[in-house]
Amino acid sequence: MAHTGAQASAHGAHDIKAHVRTYFMIFGALLVLTVVTVAVSYLHLPHTEAVIVALIIATLKASLVAMFFMHLKGERRMIYWALYLTAAFFVLLFALPLWTEGDHIVGTTPNRWSAGMEAPKTPEHSPAPH
Amino acid sequence: MDIPYTIETRPDTGLTNPKLGIWLFLASEVMLFGSLFSAYVLLRSGAESWPVQSTILNIPLATLNTIILISSSVTMVLSWAALKMNDFPGFRKYMGLTFLLALGFLVVKGFEYNSKFEHGLFPSTNNFIGIYFVLTGLHGLHVIGGMIVNGYLWGPGARMWKTEPEKFTNRVEVAGLYWHFVDLVWIFLFPILYLL
Repeated sequence: MAHTGAQASAHGAHDIKAHVRTYFMIFGALLVLTVVTVAVSYLHLPHTEAVIVALIIATLKASLVAMFFMHLKGERRMIYWALYLTAAFFVLLFALPLWTEGDHIVGTTPNRWSAGMEAPKTPEHSPAPH
Repeated sequence: MDIPYTIETRPDTGLTNPKLGIWLFLASEVMLFGSLFSAYVLLRSGAESWPVQSTILNIPLATLNTIILISSSVTMVLSWAALKMNDFPGFRKYMGLTFLLALGFLVVKGFEYNSKFEHGLFPSTNNFIGIYFVLTGLHGLHVIGGMIVNGYLWGPGARMWKTEPEKFTNRVEVAGLYWHFVDLVWIFLFPILYLL
């Protein structure tokens, strides 16, 4: 019998029924976490703490969706490698602009280089000395 | 020519081609939304002052939309599970519900947008409203795209169930992966735009 993508782990109807129970449990967990994230926002935590808590809850919810609804749990290794690569590029996508623009962020101190303290004294296009 | 390995898995990847394809597409989507999230972080952290977002946006409506979208993810995966259990009417029911929930999401979003316009809040008003419309607008377009695919699978595309049931089931699974991703993006958009 040829394996199908959806049948890679040889689901029987019984297995699927067990999956359906899991889907409803995950649904319940997602609803509870939604209520929690809204409730926490009314506590008016300091900004940094509020960001950390909100992102932790969102990551937890996203992980549940990915692991169970998107069947990432038990998925082939190749998919995981594609996602690791994506995660690495995602971090770079955030880090590169922050490295280059970080000095403009309010409340940070510009470093010597970006403050122009080491800027070349001669114009960039001046002819090189002989 | 048909796409190869839509039912049986490819020996080297261990996956069907559509499944690998959709995951790679979703990886590119992560970068698309990631670039906008990155823009948001930079705009906000670089601003001298930033509006209190929760006073501008409607948290109860957004919470309702979060529940609607999570519910639609559940009905989507149930529509796939129904096909796996050979229950075509069940598929029709759950896929139909998924479509209606998506429509509900857009209607609520429409009310939200309308309320912003009535209060004179346009993308040009300030950076926050600008990035709010860009992020939620792009997400809304993804919802519409998902509705087109899901509507097709519910309607004319469902004919395939009679001729190639396994291929059709895999199609629904792939459409589901996309739909769950749309839900996943909203899971991050909701706290970042409305609650923080």
